[in-house]
Amino acid sequence: MTDDIISRERAAAPGALRRRIGGLSDRALAWIFIVPTILLLLAINIFPLIWTIRLSLTNYRANRTNAELEWVGLRNYERILTDPDIWNSMQATAHFLVWTLVFQVLIGFSLAYLINKKFKGNDLWTTIIVLPMMLSPAVVGNFWTFLYQPQIGLFNYVVAFVSGVDPSSFSMIGDVRLAPWSIVIVDTWMWTPFVMLICLAGLRSIPDYIYEAAEVDRASRWRQFWTITIPMVLPFLMLAVLFRGIENFKMFDLVVQLTGGGPGSITELTSINLKREAFEKWRTGYSSAYAIILFVTVFGLASIYVKALNKVKER
Amino acid sequence: MRGFVNGLIRLRRGPWETVATVLIAAGVVMLMQPFALAAYTWSFAVTLTGTVMFIVVSHFPE
Repeated sequence: MTDDIISRERAAAPGALRRRIGGLSDRALAWIFIVPTILLLLAINIFPLIWTIRLSLTNYRANRTNAELEWVGLRNYERILTDPDIWNSMQATAHFLVWTLVFQVLIGFSLAYLINKKFKGNDLWTTIIVLPMMLSPAVVGNFWTFLYQPQIGLFNYVVAFVSGVDPSSFSMIGDVRLAPWSIVIVDTWMWTPFVMLICLAGLRSIPDYIYEAAEVDRASRWRQFWTITIPMVLPFLMLAVLFRGIENFKMFDLVVQLTGGGPGSITELTSINLKREAFEKWRTGYSSAYAIILFVTVFGLASIYVKALNKVKER
Repeated sequence: MRGFVNGLIRLRRGPWETVATVLIAAGVVMLMQPFALAAYTWSFAVTLTGTVMFIVVSHFPE
């Protein structure tokens, strides 16, 4: 097969090129195709990573390039890992990450389960539900700040209508207790459709004959759900959690637009905190160490996840 | 349990990956927990150990 392709390529190539291809082995040809990609990866992924590790061991500041570079060893890491402010920002990220994943998986799976049933207007509802995902995070953040306005915001009026409290008596963005939940609500609103679409793909991949066999065996709907639907959708669900988990760990634009990390620093997620250290305080060495800590965390989590995903697929 | 320990001694991939996974998970929990600053301080060392161990042991035989 490979020989066929090579001989066809050889026949189609002009004279000089034909002689060159003719002298190359399959392995050499494969390398010729792979090398540009490897070089590109080295240039835009591996080199910056190694350079960041190097910078994280220095006191380099990108706004003072002429200053003498001092080798500080692991001092940057030590300072980050004993800094209560960064610890708080890690907790803010954990709150955001855990609750968005819980809500998005629960609501996304439920919506997919409903949409998967055959009913009139099924496609229209799918399109409507998917719309928020297609908007720009900056736009979403901006219009949710209006929805959260205590005086004119629709969100406050809906809450007031349901609970009976005065709409201007609470501010989702201005209150330190409510602000972390305000970003969870917006991210859930925006990204639940993504989880829904992945779950829907999983649900539609389950062949009907499995349910028919279960019906023949007189398995109840509840049992079918737990022994057929959930195990077969699980790899898809785990993939959705992996994507959303990594995305939310580095969430930036939506939260900056919505709360700017405030009030105080209650919604200052690690990515926002990192950006301030790197491009407002210009502590490049310090923020490189911070970035490496976040990178190792995401890399470790992704490794666990890929392993779990492979195990689920093997079942 | 004996199989797990034997796997560790004979440098098998499964048990070592489990140890690495536990270390990574513990490191992430330590990084984000709100209770002890000392746990936060050691979190990176634990996560890094787990991650490097995971990369190494994934080349062990099954």
